[in-house]
Amino acid sequence: MVFIFDFYTTVNFSANPNISFLSMNKIVEKEYFSEAVVKLVLEAPAIAKSRKAGHFVIVRTGQKGERIPLTIAGSDLDKGTITLIIQKVGVTSAKLCGLEVGDEVTDVVGPLGKPTHIKKVGTVLASGGGVGVAPLLPIVEAFKKAGNRVITVLAARTKELIILEEQMRLHSDEVIIMTDDGSYGKKGLVTQGLEEVIEREKVDLAVTVGPAVMMKYVTLLTGKYDIPTEASLNTLMVDGTGMCGACRVSVGGKIKFVCVDGPEFDAHQVDFDEMMLRLGSYKPSEAEAYESYLSSNLKS
Amino acid sequence: MKATLVVTSNLKKNMQEVSEYLKMEREAGWRLALRGNMKNKERTVLKRVSMPEQAPQERNRNFLEVNSGLSEEQARHEAQRCLDCVNPTCISGCPVSINIPKFIKRIEEGNFLESAKVLKETNALPAVCGRVCPQEVQCEQSCFYTQKLKKPPVAIGHLERFIADFEQNSGQMSVPEIPHRNGIKVASIGSGPSGLAFAGDMIKLGYDVTVFEALHEIGGVLKYGIPEFRLPNQIVDVEIDVLKQMGVKFEKNFIVGATASIEDLKEEGFKAFMVGSGAGLPNFMNIPGENYIGIYSSNEYLTRVNLMNAADPEYDTPVISGKKVAVIGGGNTAMDAVRTSKRLGAERSMIIYRRSIEEMPARVEEIHHAQEEGIEFMNLHNPLEYYADKNGRVCKMKVQKMKLGEPDASGRRRPIPIEGSEFIMEVDTVVVSVGVSPNPLIPQSMKELDVSSWGTIKVNPETMHSSVEGVFAGGDIVRGGATVILAMGDGRKAAEAMNNYLI
Repeated sequence: MVFIFDFYTTVNFSANPNISFLSMNKIVEKEYFSEAVVKLVLEAPAIAKSRKAGHFVIVRTGQKGERIPLTIAGSDLDKGTITLIIQKVGVTSAKLCGLEVGDEVTDVVGPLGKPTHIKKVGTVLASGGGVGVAPLLPIVEAFKKAGNRVITVLAARTKELIILEEQMRLHSDEVIIMTDDGSYGKKGLVTQGLEEVIEREKVDLAVTVGPAVMMKYVTLLTGKYDIPTEASLNTLMVDGTGMCGACRVSVGGKIKFVCVDGPEFDAHQVDFDEMMLRLGSYKPSEAEAYESYLSSNLKS
Repeated sequence: MKATLVVTSNLKKNMQEVSEYLKMEREAGWRLALRGNMKNKERTVLKRVSMPEQAPQERNRNFLEVNSGLSEEQARHEAQRCLDCVNPTCISGCPVSINIPKFIKRIEEGNFLESAKVLKETNALPAVCGRVCPQEVQCEQSCFYTQKLKKPPVAIGHLERFIADFEQNSGQMSVPEIPHRNGIKVASIGSGPSGLAFAGDMIKLGYDVTVFEALHEIGGVLKYGIPEFRLPNQIVDVEIDVLKQMGVKFEKNFIVGATASIEDLKEEGFKAFMVGSGAGLPNFMNIPGENYIGIYSSNEYLTRVNLMNAADPEYDTPVISGKKVAVIGGGNTAMDAVRTSKRLGAERSMIIYRRSIEEMPARVEEIHHAQEEGIEFMNLHNPLEYYADKNGRVCKMKVQKMKLGEPDASGRRRPIPIEGSEFIMEVDTVVVSVGVSPNPLIPQSMKELDVSSWGTIKVNPETMHSSVEGVFAGGDIVRGGATVILAMGDGRKAAEAMNNYLI
């Protein structure tokens, strides 16, 4: 077959009419859980429709921003929105938390990762620490819906950092709150709350989401009682689509990619020490960048 | 007849038709006149031009392009060397079948804008191909000079780049006009070289083409993989812009198989798909210490620098730029990574490769450029283990010397470890560049898709049609790891087959 094209037009290149159609990612709701923890609800209809418990998105703020993974805390199909909960820890999260209702997030892509494997197992013991409670919510919701008895332990340093308690109560048979300083719930670590339940009744599955160090100790505890445990890992990522390998972790002695093989893994197989090490890859430069960001923001 | 022709990629089927067409073109008055101007003997004594380039010790400290491009005089001189052969073997050496003698003779004539149109008949990305194609094993390998005269071939690649750049700088980009739009919706999954070549052909055939891209930038490996000093992103953007002006739509931040499924897109009216989702998962060597801080895959290292601008303090993405950098591997990506590390301020940038320089898969030009820039080549060496400081940052590595044995399945001599030759060397950054595995996202989301044991999509090599009706595939997701131009060839082949499938 021969294709014939014999017409060419010459155009002035500087005229650039076709800009690709951008997705909106407009923020429709913002709520401060605490000074450092912000909830953003944003328009992302395609993601809202296809996301499942356990999925995450990659977000970029500003044309010079970096790409970071954030687990989806919930979605509203009718409104076409997804909910993200962000803790201000550095330049990128601070920029994102600084956005207001009506602003658009530069880039949002997802849903990424494998969804949580939801099944009926009996009793599920869920634990969440810090903003890890946000991605835990849809997981708790799904296990409850699947007919499990769900006991949820929420842990934080202090009362004002306990988030989503009401929503958790809605989908859990019991919620136990633990604070380091005893300002709310019981005083003590997340593991103390968990052990109390484990000693009291049979637990068929443990699920944990939170800081790596918390998940490490939760896993040590559940290992002592031979309880199958799933941990949702939040590592550094760049593309988030299985290309760069920044998110690699050792699971059962093998390299796994959190973005495409996870984010959830058999916690007993995860090398948490290595994961924590890798999470700190850019600590010195990040701290420096955050300080200069904060001081330049104060000046302006 | 003023018609120009898109040489179809299925050369066998159309051989007769194509060669007749090329003959007819060759007999055009302007070509006859040019041939009459100068005897072949005069042409063959001319010396091949050499590409002007930045001085090595200057360029290894900046990200500007190494090659600065031919001048008009150089280009016309080089064009005169082309004999405008009766049987232009160069064309069969080109995966996208550019009408090479015609575009070169337009240069000899001084009609550069016309020459650009010839390139664009079959090549959606001439400025890219002029820079990154391995011409020495394709068109230039098949050139009459190489084959019969045993002289340096016509610098086809340099000339292609010259013309593409001339057109870009002229402000008079030609945009092929689409005679008829059929309104049939088709999609490319991925905006890398195979997807862009596919889009370029399908839009010319009148289809309503949408290109879906997972990242926030269009261009795939052309943007995240190939460094600025070899292929500036702005050059890629200009070529993409031409596709936009032809009517190709681009959807960024959209992962087919995740954001929406192929089924969802079918409901939206898409009739056929071309999967060009590229290579994904970086390979590691699974040796102790490989996950210490400061050890990157080449994909990550290059993505941070090329796509995320990590070297620019204005940008938020960080990159560890060490003083003693070891890059493991001998491919083009390894060369890109090691030359990038030098530009980021490394004192020592080293290639560690287990075979000898003769077996290196990288282009000779890239190896040569790297050597000039002060890259150290530790050939016949293989890493065994990494060691870290108290903060978990890599600080040393154990390396073993190798020797070459008999050829293996790849035809290259097998590297054999030399017992007792291990030694420790200091490094503070390591980039592992030992290949990639196909991106798993599409195969994971389409269970009925037939994939090979290591994850590449199986296709009919004639049509690039996968096991799923209406789903075609090309580039690294099929080949596992190849070049920009081979991916583009796949995209063109898929476009032709998809057109046959749809009409």
